[in-house]
Amino acid sequence: MWGCVRLSRVITLGLTLAGAGAGAVAEPARVVSINLCTDQLAMLLAAPGQLVSVSDLAADPASSAMADEARGYPVNHARAEEVYLLRPDLVLAGRYTARATVDMLRRTGIEVVEFAPANSLSDTRDRIAQMAALLGREAEGATLIARFDAKLAELQATPGDAPRAALYHPNGYTLGAGTLANDILRAGGFANVAAELGHRGGGTLPLETLVMADPDLLISAETLPGASRSEEVLVHPALEDLRARHTALRIASPDWICGTPHLLGAVEGLVAVRQTLTGAGQ
Amino acid sequence: MTRLALLLCLAVLVLFIASLAVGPAGIDVGEGLAALVAGGDGPVPLVMREIRLPRALLGVMIGASLGLAGAALQGYLRNPLAEPGLIGVSGAAALGAVLALQTGLAATLALGLPLAALAGAGTGVLLILLLAGPRGGSITLILAGIAISALAAALTSLVLNLSPNPYAASEIVFWMMGSLADRSMTHVWLALPFMVAGWAALATLGRGLDALTLGEDAAEAMGVRLIRLRLTLVLGTAAVVGAATAVAGAIGFVGLVVPHLLRPLVGAQPSRLLWASALGGAVMVLAADLAVRLVLPERDLKLGVLTAIVGAPLFLHLIYKTRAEMP
Repeated sequence: MWGCVRLSRVITLGLTLAGAGAGAVAEPARVVSINLCTDQLAMLLAAPGQLVSVSDLAADPASSAMADEARGYPVNHARAEEVYLLRPDLVLAGRYTARATVDMLRRTGIEVVEFAPANSLSDTRDRIAQMAALLGREAEGATLIARFDAKLAELQATPGDAPRAALYHPNGYTLGAGTLANDILRAGGFANVAAELGHRGGGTLPLETLVMADPDLLISAETLPGASRSEEVLVHPALEDLRARHTALRIASPDWICGTPHLLGAVEGLVAVRQTLTGAGQ
Repeated sequence: MTRLALLLCLAVLVLFIASLAVGPAGIDVGEGLAALVAGGDGPVPLVMREIRLPRALLGVMIGASLGLAGAALQGYLRNPLAEPGLIGVSGAAALGAVLALQTGLAATLALGLPLAALAGAGTGVLLILLLAGPRGGSITLILAGIAISALAAALTSLVLNLSPNPYAASEIVFWMMGSLADRSMTHVWLALPFMVAGWAALATLGRGLDALTLGEDAAEAMGVRLIRLRLTLVLGTAAVVGAATAVAGAIGFVGLVVPHLLRPLVGAQPSRLLWASALGGAVMVLAADLAVRLVLPERDLKLGVLTAIVGAPLFLHLIYKTRAEMP
């Protein structure tokens, strides 16, 4: 009886696999990624041995949410010559990867797929699906998306009003409507001050406009090693005053940069801050 | 003469108030000035006291410093082409400042940043005086200036490129062109002591520079101690240019344009040109800083860009005029 069931399952499984194999184009066997975000998507989805190399940024904990995982792969520096020598049959690049590099790789007959940056949570789901289809890992992709959706729904279910948050990075850089960071803020239950002020995309927010907007939460990137004038504005006395009167959050950027399920870590952090904020307000 | 002084003072005052009144936050002028004086809680006093006031103060301080240094250098070298930015003093100061920031000296020592910029500026002035000689012939002065500027700029770029901080390399343009964006009272206090000392030193040069117009021998006969004059000039210029560059980057041409425009109005007398250029420099930097905020408020246009657009044609004109005197 049990043997019978098991046998039928094995047969069904075999048929499914055969069907998938026949329908899809042969999946690439040697994949090289040269962009921080495609690095992470590929590491999440590739079959063992399929991903040959990731970019050096993927192994940098200041930029990458998967620096530990990336140490398991040889790194490249997104230079055409070294990528060519890896003999890839698919190269994963970003839309803003150096044109010269992408063009040169294409001239040598290597297939290069450029990923557009994810500017929203729904873009993130699309990029996961796109990567899964490219690597021939649709099932893994579907599982990852389902897990992403479930976790997001759980985080968004936290009740309460939406306090106003402002992102203020070195050089006064902020992210307004139509950006991934904006979606992360909203998913975490915050209204984005920059979007409120009419900013679309990334841009600079004058310090005095920020001070006048008086946000409930000020989010700034943590300072990086070495000195820079760009980061000096983050310790400007006017900002310190704002921090003293309201809540401040220093973030490490990896979770905020790329459209991968790791952005849920950023959402989770925001939800925790919002709970302390609204909890204190009540 | 008093009329000129009054006029310049009035211009500084008007531009200072305009500098306090202009900003992206759109604060009502009266309300803003009231909040500046009275203080209080809320964002308006914060914007006025911590953001706009330091910017306006630094505009005055840096403008006065550059104008004064330009007039003093031109008086000593008896050459209208001498200017801290063009002869490499500002560039050398920027190199000192960048070294202090990237080595961590600025973070460990409270006055590390302005001191290092002062050391850089001092080296620049000394090199210029050594290379150009006491008479400061135009060609040697300009050639020495080009060499020092180019070397200082290259080394500044190198240091910033080697920095582990990803933002540092993009700041090369700030150090070459200068900006007052997002400065705070911290920077005012950092620069002020050095500037006051430098202003005091340069202000004592008036009599010596007047005597020097008659030639070195005549000046010495009149009791001017040239070695002491030279030392005061080097230290004073290094202090004011070093402090200015440490907080705002290298802003060129101010020390060239201002003395040139004011010279006929003070009867070409170096001692009068000193204070007039200090006031005129403040006017020019305040005006330039207002312009960058009104023309392209979103872009943090660099001050040096504007001063160069005004100053470079004048510089070319001066070269053309002095061509006949060149060997």
